[in-house]
Amino acid sequence: MRRPARRISRGGAAWLSLVLLLTPVPAGAGPKIVQDILDNGLKVVAVQDDKSPVSTIQVWYKVGSRHEPQGKTGLSHLLEHMMFKGTATVGKGEYSKTVARHGGTENAFTNRDATVYFQKFAPDRLELALSLEADRMTNLLLDPAEFELERKVVMEERRMRIEDDPTSLVVEEMFASAYKVHPYRHPVIGWMEDLAALSREDLVRHYKRYYVPNNAIVVVAGPTDPAEAIAKVKAAFGKIPKGDVPVETAVQEPPPLGERRVKVKKEAQLPFVFAGYPVPRVGHQDEYALDLLAQVLAAGKSSRLYKSLVYEKQIAAYAAASYDQMTSQDPALFYLYAGVKPGVRTEDVEKALYREVELIASQPVPEKEMEKAKNQVEAAFILGQDSIFNQARQIGQAELVGVGVRYIENYVANIRKVTAADVQRAARDYFSEDRRTVGILVPVPPKTKGTEPGEGKPSE
Amino acid sequence: MSRLGARFARFLAVLILIGIVAAGRAEALDLPIKKLVFENGMTVLLLERPSLPFVVVDAKILGGSLYDPDDRPGTASLTASLLTQGTASRSAIDLAEALDSVGASLRSSASDDFASVSLTVLKKDVQLGFEILADVLMNPSFAEGEIAREKAQIQAQIKSDMDDPARIADKLFASLVFKNHPYGHPVEGTEESIPKIGREDLAAFYKRYYKPNNIVMAVVGDITEEEAIEIVNARFGRWAFRNVEAPAIRSVPKAARVVKIVSKDLKQATIRLGHPGIRRSSPDYYAAYVMNHILGGGGFSSRMMTRVRDEKGLAYDIRSGFDAGLEPGAFSVSVQTKNETAPDAVEMVLEEINRIRKALVSEAELADAKSYLIGSFPLRLDTNRKIASILSSVEFYGLGLDYFETYPRRIDSVSREEVLKMARKHLNPKNYVLVIVGKPDASRLP
Repeated sequence: MRRPARRISRGGAAWLSLVLLLTPVPAGAGPKIVQDILDNGLKVVAVQDDKSPVSTIQVWYKVGSRHEPQGKTGLSHLLEHMMFKGTATVGKGEYSKTVARHGGTENAFTNRDATVYFQKFAPDRLELALSLEADRMTNLLLDPAEFELERKVVMEERRMRIEDDPTSLVVEEMFASAYKVHPYRHPVIGWMEDLAALSREDLVRHYKRYYVPNNAIVVVAGPTDPAEAIAKVKAAFGKIPKGDVPVETAVQEPPPLGERRVKVKKEAQLPFVFAGYPVPRVGHQDEYALDLLAQVLAAGKSSRLYKSLVYEKQIAAYAAASYDQMTSQDPALFYLYAGVKPGVRTEDVEKALYREVELIASQPVPEKEMEKAKNQVEAAFILGQDSIFNQARQIGQAELVGVGVRYIENYVANIRKVTAADVQRAARDYFSEDRRTVGILVPVPPKTKGTEPGEGKPSE
Repeated sequence: MSRLGARFARFLAVLILIGIVAAGRAEALDLPIKKLVFENGMTVLLLERPSLPFVVVDAKILGGSLYDPDDRPGTASLTASLLTQGTASRSAIDLAEALDSVGASLRSSASDDFASVSLTVLKKDVQLGFEILADVLMNPSFAEGEIAREKAQIQAQIKSDMDDPARIADKLFASLVFKNHPYGHPVEGTEESIPKIGREDLAAFYKRYYKPNNIVMAVVGDITEEEAIEIVNARFGRWAFRNVEAPAIRSVPKAARVVKIVSKDLKQATIRLGHPGIRRSSPDYYAAYVMNHILGGGGFSSRMMTRVRDEKGLAYDIRSGFDAGLEPGAFSVSVQTKNETAPDAVEMVLEEINRIRKALVSEAELADAKSYLIGSFPLRLDTNRKIASILSSVEFYGLGLDYFETYPRRIDSVSREEVLKMARKHLNPKNYVLVIVGKPDASRLP
């Protein structure tokens, strides 16, 4: 992400919130959605929703850290930063200034599968917003001096987000171990060593290869009539020529042969456990059962992990599970994680996490609990429509991973079909010890001492 | 460089040029807010938004950590968080089951100025939602077992905060700026204060501040005025008015220069620089807000961001702000940079503060700031949840129900001279608190 949001509370909450954002909404009661594909291959989805006098556009490029060659991790994210550094017609910093001057806000984010640029603005500024995005799809300068500066900025971002945050280091290490072959092992922000080695030419190549209309999805959401919105997208992007997008060859991750464990030794107060299991992504028949498994384990204070680890045993400061199925390739990961309470042994917390999944594998979830979980999913759907930005994001994500808007429309109905036996089977099939990768934060004592006044700096 | 010919580029430039007219105006905001005051003194701010079948309630209670007893920081926060941990007729588990079963959420917490309880519930379950909301506000049990559990949770959180350089810096900064003033202690209390807080402290705090006449409740969503009146009368009607006596708050200390370094084995230095600022009710608020936007509040276009990030590549994030509350909260600048460049970042921050105190901002800078602040105002209110949480603050800070209409005018009326005046009056480049967490080279600090 190019611009920092206020830091979210610790313990993996930052990436968890991302997962929650991606939960799709149903379209039943919802907005009018029209789709089109332009002659140059650009996919357009227009969503009409006039709850608020606000529009949003999002440009989704199908390029993320999984497209980066060995030794060049961080390329997509650094390119995201550079997209704000000027084109032939819109000078350095002018993009952001123009959007702000028109009362809009803008930002971008990169993940393993995609790089996404977004703006929020008053609906009468749609043309301007689109023209700025069309411009930088094709006219980016990638000025060498700006590149050197931005590399430094991203290194600062890495220090802040990852290197000085012990739990983020565990997440990064766990991913790098859980995927032995698949490039999902790459950290989105890139390894520090790779960031130092990237060249401007790497960025130029990446930009030319992936920033083409037939590798992008534009989502427009707001009060504008969909036909009008699509016409405006066409006017802004229609003349950009098609590019040659490299043909995708899916990388097959070999099955795990036994449990993998990684430790991060770092100055920290409390240990942290983060376990991941390879599971199918969106579109697989077990998807909805896995979704409900995560729900039963971790949704709300009556969920099993909270009740058992946090409330009853009081061995964890927080405990949760999460399934992020909206990935472009297999396998996705299902996570279990917990923050260890002071004075508690890490292995006891780890065992307690696994035990809750084992319980579901051995005894079907009672009907009432299944019903509760489904109600929670349905309510979250309706509440998710509160934000037009969120809706646009869900649609973009569904398009990106190839399941489209229909997936969102049918989501609740599909969740409703899942039985307790399905959930039990999922808990049995995917959660054996041999399939998991476990990341553990092992706190080490501080190297330096605590507070001291700045020397030679008396109060004035 | 570009794959497209000049034709496209020219077309684009023209579009942008045409685009520069007045910013998207907040007039587009249609917020017919109704203020309902009930017999027992409870204020309800209602906004009917029937487009989606759910209701958001945000109840704020004038009883934040500002009112913590001197020797028991954390009392307000513990009181608020225990509301949802059991009532006279429902255990904590009962509450969680009842809410989760219908996919509702109910959260309670405290901040500096307020305690708040917020509910999100589907339209079809709105009766149940309000019944539980009333139950937790009117009949909390403060069970000993739940208190012990919550205190252990807070202690674990305080411990894990010590791994977060931003939290360490924020806490130390507040304690140095505010000393004994209640803004000086963390809302959640401290390692030392939490064990001292007992059931009787919580019961006493609750009894003193949790009164209908001390609450403002924003209700936004699929609910009519009639329904809202009926439901509030039915659920809260028996809750009796009682005078609430606000405690005397000592005044905020004068600005004084203090420099503290928390030496920690980190890659980056986390920096906070600032001093006491202004109240939300200050007549200077809007002009100071515009001034700060230009200085360091305005995301990518601010002077500090341009200088420290865009021109030097020293930081990912730099921002400044006035934390204006019921009391004069701090003006502060936050920035992180690798340890070696910490002194340079501090120097640039001080130079920018001095610069905005020395000369008028340019016409263009002021115009850009205004058009952003006015034009983006509706974006801050684009969900029911955002509206609900802002409404109750509007009432408590005395901003008036016409706040949403007057805001653009107030921003628009700020002049360059006022910006300069605000910078001179409310920024202090000499008597500031500077906190750095990391391993900076202290000898190079200004």
